[in-house]
Parts: sequence; structure tokens; C-alpha cells
Amino acid sequence: MTSVNLLILVCIGYVALLFGVAFIADRMAARGRSTWLRSPLVYTLSLSIYCTAWTFYGAVGYAARSGLEFITIYLGPTLVMVGWWWGLRKLVRIGRSQRVTSIADLISSRYGKSTFLAICVTLLAVISITPYIALQLQSITLSFEIFFAADPGSGFSAGSSVFWVAAGLAVFAILFGTRNLDVNERHHGVVTAIALEAVVKLVALLAVGIFVVWGLSGGVSQTMARIDASEIGTWQVDAGRWTTITFLAAAAFVCLPRMFQVMVVENDDERHLRTAAWAFPTYLLLMSLFVVPIAAVGLEIMPEGSNPDLFVLTLPLSQGQDGLAMLAFLGGFSSATSMVIVAAMALSTMVSNHIVMPIWLSSRGGGASQSGDVRKVVLMSRRLTIGAIMALGYFYYHLSGGGAALAAIGLIAFAGIAQILPALVGGLFWRGATRTGALAGLVTGFVLWLYTMLLPGMGNIMSEEFLALGPFGISWLRPQALFGITGLDPMVHSVMWSMILNATVFSVASLLSFPSPLERLQGAQFVNVFDHSAGPRGWTGSVAQSEDLMIMSQRILGANEAQAFFQVEARKQGADGHLPEPTPAFLERLERELSGSVGAATAHAMIGQIVGGSSVSVEDLLAVADESAQMLEYSSQLEIKSSELSRTARQLREANDKLMQISHQKDAFLDQVSHELRTPMTSIRAFSEILRDTDGLKPSEKVRYATIINNEALRLTRLLDDLLDLSVLESGQVSLDMRSGILAEVLDHAVSSALSGEAAPLQVRRLPASENVALLSDLDRLAQVFINLISNAQKYCDAFDPVLQIDVHQRDGFLVIDFIDNGSGIAADTQALVFEKFARVSNDKAGGAGLGLAVCREIMHRLGGDVRYLEGQAGGAFRVTLPSRQSSHQPSRQTTAAK
Amino acid sequence: MGRKVLLIEDEPNIIEAIRFLLTREAWEVETHSDGTDAVEVIRAGKPDLVILDVMLPGKSGMDVLRDLREVPELAKLPVLMLTARGQVRDREEAEKAGVSRFMTKPFSNQEVLMAVRDLHAQATQS
Amino acid sequence: MMPPPEEAGSEPPRPTQALFLERQSYRRRRLVDVARLLPLLGVLLLLVPLLWQGKGEGLETPISTAITYVFAVWALLILGAGLFGIAARRWGGDKRADTEE
Repeated sequence: MTSVNLLILVCIGYVALLFGVAFIADRMAARGRSTWLRSPLVYTLSLSIYCTAWTFYGAVGYAARSGLEFITIYLGPTLVMVGWWWGLRKLVRIGRSQRVTSIADLISSRYGKSTFLAICVTLLAVISITPYIALQLQSITLSFEIFFAADPGSGFSAGSSVFWVAAGLAVFAILFGTRNLDVNERHHGVVTAIALEAVVKLVALLAVGIFVVWGLSGGVSQTMARIDASEIGTWQVDAGRWTTITFLAAAAFVCLPRMFQVMVVENDDERHLRTAAWAFPTYLLLMSLFVVPIAAVGLEIMPEGSNPDLFVLTLPLSQGQDGLAMLAFLGGFSSATSMVIVAAMALSTMVSNHIVMPIWLSSRGGGASQSGDVRKVVLMSRRLTIGAIMALGYFYYHLSGGGAALAAIGLIAFAGIAQILPALVGGLFWRGATRTGALAGLVTGFVLWLYTMLLPGMGNIMSEEFLALGPFGISWLRPQALFGITGLDPMVHSVMWSMILNATVFSVASLLSFPSPLERLQGAQFVNVFDHSAGPRGWTGSVAQSEDLMIMSQRILGANEAQAFFQVEARKQGADGHLPEPTPAFLERLERELSGSVGAATAHAMIGQIVGGSSVSVEDLLAVADESAQMLEYSSQLEIKSSELSRTARQLREANDKLMQISHQKDAFLDQVSHELRTPMTSIRAFSEILRDTDGLKPSEKVRYATIINNEALRLTRLLDDLLDLSVLESGQVSLDMRSGILAEVLDHAVSSALSGEAAPLQVRRLPASENVALLSDLDRLAQVFINLISNAQKYCDAFDPVLQIDVHQRDGFLVIDFIDNGSGIAADTQALVFEKFARVSNDKAGGAGLGLAVCREIMHRLGGDVRYLEGQAGGAFRVTLPSRQSSHQPSRQTTAAK
Repeated sequence: MGRKVLLIEDEPNIIEAIRFLLTREAWEVETHSDGTDAVEVIRAGKPDLVILDVMLPGKSGMDVLRDLREVPELAKLPVLMLTARGQVRDREEAEKAGVSRFMTKPFSNQEVLMAVRDLHAQATQS
Repeated sequence: MMPPPEEAGSEPPRPTQALFLERQSYRRRRLVDVARLLPLLGVLLLLVPLLWQGKGEGLETPISTAITYVFAVWALLILGAGLFGIAARRWGGDKRADTEE
């Protein structure tokens, strides 16, 4: 007989082995050598957590009580898997593209990231799964009991052992499930350990079955004969239960949080589904293969009153097969532990993401997302949740008295979790499904399930009288005969009413309510997931601060991961730094990244806090309103057109302003020209008339007047020359005669021309050495500029002993020639004006028309240089700059084309 | 009886020409070449007639005329205005400002003399 | 030139579908139809035993017959799913049949 100590030792050793496998798998995954970890086989085996202790022990008990009905539990999932092209493919695609972390996350995400809906689904899941966990506790406890009972040396108490089993499983689940945070990083270790457990339980059950068929019954045909001869030897199945349970199992297979976890969340590759589509039904088939034989033989061999739920264990024990019994025990242990680990992981993710985080966020106020270490909060809340869930299971076990058959408890859980189905299927295939509808359907189904199944099943909560007569004696409200429909199996009754009303309320409420824009957007993304796996969900990131987002992300993803993510994003945008621009696309990806850690609704809320409230952009609204890319296209075209229009209007306004200005300038210019032409003409006419009409003028007077006439005529000529020059220069039609030369020679020519004929020429100081510079320019034009500047100095320098200094030097690739006299210079307020047309520095009549400097400036601009007044010198000073590389240019006659 | 004319003009050659013409007609010619203090100079000089250029340094002849008409004792003073710009709107503006006679440069000497005579005659008759 | 195989769904929208598909794509479509029909077939076949409810002595179906029938249907479904899986694998990188119509 196996001693209890050995049993405990084996358990601990087995758990240690699982840890080792998980650890190595994680290490391998981290090193990237995990190709087989991601194989379809491991995926298929991980799905086997569907087969819990309920399957391992309960199926035989179920068969012993109800014949072949047990098989519906496995036919449902088989149909779902075989029909993967219909539903699972879509579910997995959505789960992957939206980075969904749990079934609650999926539902909440589909219906506009509703936190409230997520909370409802989470609560429903927790309440439904509690009996299921109690079931695992019960089966492990029962299996222990068998061994303890056979070992008189141990003091066994069911009450205390169930406590220790619960505590042990809690620790186990915490250690396994909450080591890393990002659910979407996928728990390779856990999945691998589960795959191992799947093999163990399959092997164990097959071994027991083979022992029964060939060891005890002597072959297949004899076994069949024995089965037909047993209590369950005839085909007696209630049609209602057969179809209902098949449906229920199919629904639960998709909706169970732990199934969702391994099937969708932990899915590495969509293509695994097509392997699992046949491999997992095969696994189920093998698990079911020997159930009826074991049940039939057990009923025959085992003494009256033995618990058929434990035949898998007691049959080998009764035949003295201790080793086989130990294997069977490990198989049951594996079934229970793997289920509890994954269920606890999935539930704790849901609870922490959808209940704890929102509460924590709102309790921390506005800046919550940036303060405190969110990772710690999340992990801690998950660990506490696992503990709480195990405690709930423990209490349920106590409340239900631990006596009910395993199958009954399992079906209660299935019926509860199946209430998610209408919202899930509706959300996946019907765009009209709304949050209100989902919520109403879910609550309806949940309440009915609670009222007609869970509470009556808990034994001591509803009295016999209540069940028989209904609340307050209202007979049509009897929990197991609603609306007076009696005679139905209570399970069928409950499932029928809850599912029908759930689906009806869901549909009607969806039809009556109007979805929010975000809901419609998400709805379109879910239903048409194959058309656009990556579509716009639209953050308007203009207000978002990248830095704030970075701080928040570090808290959630961890510093290194967040920095790496941001850097990659920044590089994608072509930025040099570490912070990307908060573009909608970036925010979208960040949100999905975060939702892998804290769930879609929470991630959405956190980014919302930073980005600033509004979660849906105008583009989204448009996209939803018309649900077509054309509309978006059209609207963006409109936008472009409208901005084009306003740009054109602005240009027109500017052009008009410019025209007005030009018109004013032209008037002013004409006034000036008129004045400058008429003034000398006035003198000429006046004196010529005097000379003509006045008799007896003295010869000296005649000479004087004639001189005046001559001077004024010269002034007119000069003026006309300048005007012509200026108009040619300004119109750009001037031809430049580019020649090579030496600056010194140009200056020599200019000085002599400017000062020739002057009675008292000013003194010009030059440094011949510095002037020996080669030039390539229009030398005549350049000389004209110099002459003008030198003449100005000659005219306006008011020093007693006028001196003009000419300095030449190179600066910044320019040849700089300064003309500085020792006069009083030009007052600061008129310096800017001297280059304007007809500007005159002083009132002294010097015969200039005021166009000289304007002409000079035009010439210098044409030559690629400039002339300007030089401030801060002792006297009047002008600086001429020329590009000094002019000399290296190809000599050419440049003609600037007319505009 | 001395007849006095004040010539406000900034072009030396034109000043010389007008001075020559009017001196021969027995006018006493005073000159000033800046617009800024022209009104004060007119008040102080008490001329019988003013010849005013429009484009003056400091202050435009138009403004001088307007300010001049503001002064009661000068409101009736004959003013002959000369301009080199010669646009129609200048004439209108000058007439609005209360000019007595408006002439465009270049003028004939005879015209100027006639205008001066006319203006003086009108002023002495009234 | 074929576009490089990428994450399905991010592929550019297909041009309007041709009226007639080439033979290969046509076969693919029909195969998908079979895959869709498979669970329905399973449901129908698994409902058949409910009609066996012979009442009275001697008319009852022995459970071994039921077991054989149910497991045979089960195996048939697995076979069907397996064949479809193999066929789907042969399409390889071509994801066109992957998109839902």
C-alpha cells in the first residue's frame, strides 16, 4: 500500500518537475531557441486544460450515472474546433490584432472599451468559475482521501486537507502565473508545463483504460459485451439534455476564461489552429475512449456504494496495481493543477485589469497614470486575486457541502460562463450589437442563471418550500419551473430560459439603443477584422506630451522595454531623439502595448488622461458616420480644397495690397520726377526769358544767367541719365559686361573722374598694397558706383580739410571697400533713407537729383554685392561689398532676363 | 509806398530769377527757404504778398497755407502758390486751403508779373 | 510581381473580384465551403442517435452500438478537419482564401 508520505513526496516532486520545465522553457524562450515551444503540438496540448479533474475523475462517474451523456461535454468543443473556420479563426485574429488580454477585455474592447461591461463580465466569470475551482479542490481532496483511508497511520481530515490543497494551489498559481506582467508576452513556461501535464493525464487515463480493457476484461469485444450487460448497457439519453449539454460545452469552450487564455491570448500563430482543429478533437476522443469501459467494469467489480467519481483511482487500487494508481493520481493531480493555474491566471488578469486598476486609477486622481509603480500594483493585485479566488472556491466547497456529483458542479459553471456567448458572438458577427444590448443580455442571463441554477444548486440557500412553491407563493416564478413550465430537466430548463432571454434581450436592446462612435468603430474593426487588421482608432495626439507618455509607459512596461519601444517608434518616424511625436498611429500602438499589461479599457483610460479627455477624433466620427473610406477621402479632399481656397484668398489679398502699395509708390515717384524735371526747367525758362526780354543787362549779368541756364540744363541731363539707368537696372534688362581687372585701376579711374574739375578736391587716402586684387566684374559699372560715392564725399563732406579714406579688405568671402570721410556723416534717422530715390541728405543744392545712391545700390545688387551706409565711423562712411570669388568665375556676359 | 513781397522757395536759382523780376517792378523782395517757421516769418515780415512753393523742406507749402489762413490778420493776405508737381489734385487742394492764385512751374515771367499785379490790385482795392 | 507575404489582413484591398477564378482558387473556395459545412454535418450526425429511442423490452439499442456510432462520427469529423488542415497548409503563404467574403 502506498504510504501517504510517499504520495506527498511524489506530489512535491511532480510540482518541482513542472517548475523546472517551466523555468527551462522560459529561459529557452528568452534566448529565442523556442521553436518547438511554439509548435502547434504544444498549442494543442495546452488546450487540453479543458479536461480538468472533472474529466479525469468525473467523466467516469458521469458515465456510471447517465451512460453516454458524458460524451456531450467533449462533442461540443469538437464541433467548435472542427468549425474553426467559422469562429475561432476570427476570435484569434481579433485577439491578436487588438492585443486582448482576456475574455472580459475582448467584450469590453468590442463594446467601446466599456469599463463597466468589463467589470460585469469579470464578476460573472469569477462567480461562475468559483464552483469549478471548488470542483478541483473536491477531486484532489477525494483522491487524497482514498490514499489516506488506506493508510491508517495518518490522521486524515477532509476539512483541513481541502484547506491545504487550496492554499497549495494558490501558491502554485501565484508562482507560475504572476512572474511576468505582460500577458501578451505569453507565458511560455506555463504553457509548456501545461502541455506536459496534458501528456501525463492522457497517458494516465489511457493506462487505466488499457488495464481495464485488456487486463481485467480480456479484450475489446468482451469489454463491449460487459458494457452492454451493465446497468448502463442501453442507449437511454434525454434528447433535451443531449443537445443542451453539447451546446453548453461548445459555448463554455469558447467563453471559459482559461480556454480563452490558452486559445487566444497565448496563441503564437494563427496557423496553429488548423492543426489543433483535428489534433484537439483527437485528444478529446482519446480521453473519452475508455470512460465507459472503466465505468462499466467499475460498477461491476467495485462494492456497492463506492463513489463512481473515483473509479479511475479505486479500480487499480482494488486490483493491487499501486503503480498504476499512483499514475492515475498524478493524472488527476495534473488535471486539477493545470486548470487551477490557468484559470487563476486568467481571472486574476481580468480582476486586476478591469476592477483593481480602474479603482486604483480613479482613487489616485488625475495624474494617476504617472505616479507610483503601476507594475507593482498590478502584480500585487493579481497575486491577491488568485488568493481570493482560491478562497472563494474553498468557501463554495464548504457551502455546497462537498457532496454533489462532480458533473453537476461542472455544468453549473458551464451554464454561468455561457451567458457571455450572445455578447461574444453578436460582437463578432453583428455590427449592430451595442454596449447596452450586451450589458442587458448579460445581466438578464446572469440573474436567471443565478436564480434557476446556482442558488438552487447550493443546497441550503433556497428552501424546499421556496423551490416547490416559488417566492411568496408565486408559482410561475418557481426557480426550476419558470412561467409554469414543469417537467423539464432543471438544467435544461435553466439553460434554455437564461440563454433564450439573454439572446433576446441582447438583440432587442441592441436594436433599440444607439452605439457611441467608439463602439461603432470597434464594432467595425471586430466584425470586419479580416479586411483591416490594423485600422484607425484615432488618438488625436496634438495635446499629448511624449514625455508624459514615456514616464507612464516606463511605470507599466518597465524602463528598458518602454525606452526600447519609444526608440523604435521614434526611428520609425525618422526622428533622431528618443521621443517620438505623439502621432495617432504611435498612440495606437502604445495603447495596444499597454493593453497587453493592463487591459484595453485601462490602457485607453491612461492614455486618455494624458492625451486629454477626448478619445475619438473627428476623423473617427466621420469614419463611423459613413463607414466608408470614400467619405474620409472626400472629407480630406474638402479640407485640402478649403485650405487651398483660404490660401488663394490670402494670396489675392496680399497681391492687392502690393498693387495698392505699388500704385502709391508710382504716384509718389511721378510726383518726384515731375518736381525734379520742372525745377531746373523753371530756372532755365525764367532766365532765358530774362535774357530775351530785358534790355540793358550788364555783360556780367548775362554771363551769370547763361551759366545758370547751362548748369540747370546739365542737371536735367544728369537726372534723365540717372532715371534711364535706374529703370534699366530695375527692370533687370541690363547687360553686364563682365571683365577681369585690378581693383586699384578701377579706383584710380574713379578718383580721377570724380575729382576732375573740382576747384578744391578733397584729399583721398588709399593703401595701394591692399588694392591689388583681381576682379571679375562689370568694371565700368563698378567705377560708376565708386565715382558716385567719391563725388558725394566731395559734395557733402563738411570738414574744414576734407579727407576721404578708402580701405580695402577681405571678409567672409567678400571683398569689402569702405569709403570713409571726416565730415559729420549722416544723421541716424536719415541713414535708412539715403538709398531711396530722390532722397537728399541735405538741403544744400548740389545739383544731384537724389537718384545716385539708388542707382549705386541697384548696380551692386546686379553685381552680386551691396552698398550700404556704415555706422559708427568718424564721418560719413559707405561700404561696398563684392563677392571676392568673382575672379574665379568664368568670364561671361550675363544677361538677366526680363521678368 | 514800399510794396513788400515774401518769397518762400528753396531753389536758389528760382529765387534769383523772381527777385530779379520783381525788383524791377519796384517790389521789396524778402526770401525764406524753409517751411517749418514760414508762418511766423510771414507774420513778422508783414508782406503785402506771399509767393509760396509747395515742396518745401520741413513743412509742405500746403500746410503753411492752411496754417496761415487760421491766423485772422493773415486770412486775407494774397498768396501766389507755385508748384513743380503740377497735378490737378494739387490745384484743388490748394484752392480748398484758400490760395489766391495757383501756378505751375515752369512759368513764364510775364505770367508771374501779371499775377502779382492782379493780386496786389485786388488787395488794395478792397 | 507578387507582394511579399505579410501579416494577413494588412494586405492591400483586393481589386474587384474577377467573375471567374482560376481553377486552383475555385477549388480552394469549395474546400472552405466543406470546412464550413463540417460542423453542421457533425451536429446532424450527432442528433441521429436521439431518434433511436426505442421504448419497450428488446427494442432498446445496446450502448455498444451507440458508442461505436458516436466514436465513428467523431473520427470522421477529425479526419475531415485533418484533411482540410493539410489542404490549408498547402496554400502556404497565399492568404487570399483567408479573407472572409
